[in-house]
Amino acid sequence: MDINAYIASGILELYVYGSLSEKESTEVYKILQEYPKAIKEVERIENALQQLSAAVAPNNSTELLYHKIEEQIKSSNTGDVIPITRKRSSLTTYIGWAASVALLIGLFIQFNKNQKLKQQLVTNQIEQTLLEGKINVAEEDLSKTKSLLNVLRNKDLIQVPLKAQKVDPTAFASVYWDKNKQMAYIDVAGLPTPPLGKVYQVWSLKLDPLTPTSMGILDKFNDDDTKIFILTNPNESEAFGITLEPEGGSESPNLEQLYTLGVVES
Amino acid sequence: MQPTELIIAFQNKNQAAFKRIYDMYSQNVYGIIYNIVRDEALSEEVLQDVFIKIWNNGNTYSEKKGRFFTWILNIARNSAIDKTRSKSFKHSSQNLTTDFFVDILEDKTNFNSKIDSIGIKKYIAALEPLCKKVINLLFFKGFTQKETAEELDIPLGTVKTRNRICIDKLKQILEV
Repeated sequence: MDINAYIASGILELYVYGSLSEKESTEVYKILQEYPKAIKEVERIENALQQLSAAVAPNNSTELLYHKIEEQIKSSNTGDVIPITRKRSSLTTYIGWAASVALLIGLFIQFNKNQKLKQQLVTNQIEQTLLEGKINVAEEDLSKTKSLLNVLRNKDLIQVPLKAQKVDPTAFASVYWDKNKQMAYIDVAGLPTPPLGKVYQVWSLKLDPLTPTSMGILDKFNDDDTKIFILTNPNESEAFGITLEPEGGSESPNLEQLYTLGVVES
Repeated sequence: MQPTELIIAFQNKNQAAFKRIYDMYSQNVYGIIYNIVRDEALSEEVLQDVFIKIWNNGNTYSEKKGRFFTWILNIARNSAIDKTRSKSFKHSSQNLTTDFFVDILEDKTNFNSKIDSIGIKKYIAALEPLCKKVINLLFFKGFTQKETAEELDIPLGTVKTRNRICIDKLKQILEV
């Protein structure tokens, strides 16, 4: 290669200007590595251009401007570029994690609330069932009481108060006797709870001569809250008595344990 | 001479090396900027921007891509042209002659001590009109050969040789 012709072509001036493409500059660089004469020429061109461009600058000293640049360099140096981006990335990561944790906590709270509400619902349903049961019982009681009331209002009913006897002076009872229907309603709310192994037995009595006929035993005394028992009574009763008898009842009344006694008014 | 060791040191964020590079090139950068911006205060702003860019982007310079002086020239021209497009630049009514650097040099009486002021004055006085335009576009403005040929309406093949002749004179005068 003729290096003198190469230099004379003017390519090195353009190389120093920066007017060449990147590819052309790389080619020039390779030639410069081989030919010291070419480097020498580049340096001459560069020197001339430095003189020319510096001559164009206003006379103000650029020396005085440096401190402003220095300030910016120092501030940019303390906050080094790489740590800043790292901080940023760690900040976004932090925010990301914080958001995830917040979401998890939120979900957990919602889940808990849901569970509590479900539990509440079950409790409410149970309470409702219980209340419905209570209402049913109350309705049953009401209808029972109503039917009893109807019975008591019946004009054909014969009311027989049974008075206390020696055994228990506080005891009392009533018999409501529907003669036509041969039914007797025994109200024993005034009798004490029978001891274990004993039951009350209701007797229809003929007075002359004294002939007792069993009407039945009140073996469910404790289970019936109304304490009103319905027994059939086909007898021509003149009086009613209630005695305390051994479980299962007796053939004839034990008069020593006669609690109440009342005569039918004719 | 390419200040290779200084370049490496400043690329490693050595501020003392950077200061020396500033001392070496700040006048050149200032001249390039001033020729484009044509306002001293704005030129000083751009000068600061340029050297902060040089500091921040030092690692992007590689000797294989070109001369360090060329790299700085490009940053200076681009920053100055950016400034002329900014809001703070309101000099569109100014007389934009294609050889403004010549006017500056002709009017100038005081020169920096580093400059061969007599040589420069002599050179400018002897410079052909076409040379003034070619140097302004290729060197000061960073035009390509093609752009210069179109701008001056001369054949593309003559740009390179014409420019060589123009610069040769400057070299000869300065090396006397």
